[in-house]
Amino acid sequence: MLSINNLNVSVEDKSILNGINLNVQPGEVHAIMGKNGSGKSTLSNVIAGKDTYNINGGSIEFCGENIDDLSPHDRALQGIFLSFQYPIALPGVNNTYFLKSALNAKRNFNNQEELDAVEFLKLIKSKLQQVGMDESYLKRAVNVGFSGGEKKRNEILQMITLDPKLAILDETDSGLDIDALKIVADGINKSRTSKNSFIVITHYQRMLNYLKPDFVHVLIEGKIVKTGGPDLALDLEAKGYSNIAA
Amino acid sequence: MENKTKDQITIDDSINKEYEYGFVTNIEQDTLPPGLDEDVIKTISKKKDEPQWLLDWRLKAFKYWKTLKDPNWAKIKYPDIDYQSISYFSAPKKKKLNSLDEVDPEILKTYDKLGIPIEEQKMLSGVAVDAVFDSVSVATTFKEDLAKAGVVFCSFSEAVKKYPKIIKKYLGTVVPYTDNYFAALNSAVFSDGSFVYLPKNVKSPMELSTYFRINAQNTGQFERTLIVAEENSYVSYLEGCTAPMRDENQLHAAVVELITLDDAEIKYSTVQNWYPGDKNGKGGIYNFVTKRGACRGKNSKISWTQVETGSAITWKYPGCILKGDNSVGEFYSVALTNNLQQADTGTKMIHIGKNTKSTIISKGISAGRSQQTYRGGVSIRKNADDARNYSQCDSLLIGGDCGAHTVPYIDVKNDSAKMEHEASTTKIGEDQMFYCNQRGISEEDAISMIVNGFCKDVFNELPMEFALEARKLLEVSLEGSVG
Repeated sequence: MLSINNLNVSVEDKSILNGINLNVQPGEVHAIMGKNGSGKSTLSNVIAGKDTYNINGGSIEFCGENIDDLSPHDRALQGIFLSFQYPIALPGVNNTYFLKSALNAKRNFNNQEELDAVEFLKLIKSKLQQVGMDESYLKRAVNVGFSGGEKKRNEILQMITLDPKLAILDETDSGLDIDALKIVADGINKSRTSKNSFIVITHYQRMLNYLKPDFVHVLIEGKIVKTGGPDLALDLEAKGYSNIAA
Repeated sequence: MENKTKDQITIDDSINKEYEYGFVTNIEQDTLPPGLDEDVIKTISKKKDEPQWLLDWRLKAFKYWKTLKDPNWAKIKYPDIDYQSISYFSAPKKKKLNSLDEVDPEILKTYDKLGIPIEEQKMLSGVAVDAVFDSVSVATTFKEDLAKAGVVFCSFSEAVKKYPKIIKKYLGTVVPYTDNYFAALNSAVFSDGSFVYLPKNVKSPMELSTYFRINAQNTGQFERTLIVAEENSYVSYLEGCTAPMRDENQLHAAVVELITLDDAEIKYSTVQNWYPGDKNGKGGIYNFVTKRGACRGKNSKISWTQVETGSAITWKYPGCILKGDNSVGEFYSVALTNNLQQADTGTKMIHIGKNTKSTIISKGISAGRSQQTYRGGVSIRKNADDARNYSQCDSLLIGGDCGAHTVPYIDVKNDSAKMEHEASTTKIGEDQMFYCNQRGISEEDAISMIVNGFCKDVFNELPMEFALEARKLLEVSLEGSVG
């Protein structure tokens, strides 16, 4: 699914990622844990193709193809989804319109018929239920006046609607209360299949209680210093990052 | 990585779309040679077979105009206009048409290109269209239905002949020829325009629309519109414009006057898409327009909605004089400037009556190297007890080379007034673009989506079919060669 080889990234001469290697197979859930400033968000943005970073070396392959030269738009159409740590507000842009445009862009790309308004409404209503949001959401503008929890749920709603091959969840759990966390985790779990993959970026172990990752990676100063199974997350929680690195 | 980000480049591409409506219709024109003096005005008046009082009024306006100088207070720059090099009258030669079949097929084709199929509109949408081609009305439809309802909707010259008393009573009472330089010029040389009259208790059964179009080369266009709504009447009037591509700058100085008596309402909507000039600022229309409404009766209402995407220069401040107690004035505006376009636009709300209320919502979008100014005046006079005003001026910048300026004037002479003013300036952020792109939405669609979202408050005020047209217009102005 995703193969990152010796990726080196910097911003304004400051190096952020120093030789990242990561291999994600279809059906797998990978958790990446790290402190603030360890390069977690940079990694997810670079996979999504955000071009405010300098790629100094290494490559990213998605589904067997090198995607280094693809725009964020093309990467999204190919099936990469990023759940933003800080979702962006689009004043005056209606959620229904936004999500329908996004879905139809993707369907177009995949040579599928676009959904009309009625078909889309039917689909979105069932998805809303999955993330515990009510229909009033459809009339609101994208992330405008949303609480932190609503924004994160909105990201998950977009994810399960667009049904990506690879979803990167950038600290989707931060700022969520335990109920919302369960709903979000549940939404992710229900969309897991043997064909799609998830990269879950988080500070805390609690999200992983619900998500059951296949692999846990510890990211420190732009390097994956340790990789293990779910137990590694518990270990981290108990011992802290400094002791893991040692 | 390049210096410019990918987003920036695609934004640049998106806003560089050439003007779509640039074409010239070949129709024989009955045109006066360039120049302006009393004889020209007399000739115009004679060609239109006008009564003496109207000619006298024109000549007075001309005399006054000669004493004036071009206004220079607006934040716009343009070379001096040689008023002697402009031709002041131009009309298609073929006249007196009873049906659309008699309209020059060239004209009909032009409308088709603009996406304004008159015949389809006639049959499907129930909109009466009084199509002004250059200066003289060539097609008028739905007259009978309107007449049945009691609505008078005709060209200005026809009204001068058929309803001289009403014209004489109201002409120049909202915008006197002494109002400003361009109003004086218009009063002297106006060629034609529209007239709407709603007698007491008449509600127009349909939206009235007029499409203006500047076609003849080197011909100034001087429209004059007068709408009078008697007690308890209502009309919604739509005005839309596009013009063919030209190299010369063309002057347009229209005057629109609206009058509402007790409990009457006029809703006036404009979509303006005249040729803005090319990427280097060559050519384009100079749009110097005076639009004003007077709420003379109590509980009356005038509402201006405008979507301005065209013209090299726009100088326009549709305003309301709120004289009747409890009267309401509204101004909703979207202005989009690109390349080297300049717009200095806004509104003037003058509160005279008690408990009068005004709302101003202005959305300015600047792209390319364009400059845009919102200039608004709210004046609360001494006897205007409990007057209220709400103003909101938002600017959206696309790229780093454009400018947005806000100049609100407020003059309050009554302590009971309630004034609210909000202003914001934002940029289409890279973050917003990245977010949309990451969801699979293309650069082009994302810009269109964000800009349309920004304008939503104003589009909501437009009549349905106009809202679609406005959306299309913004898309045309923003669409690019991307993808």
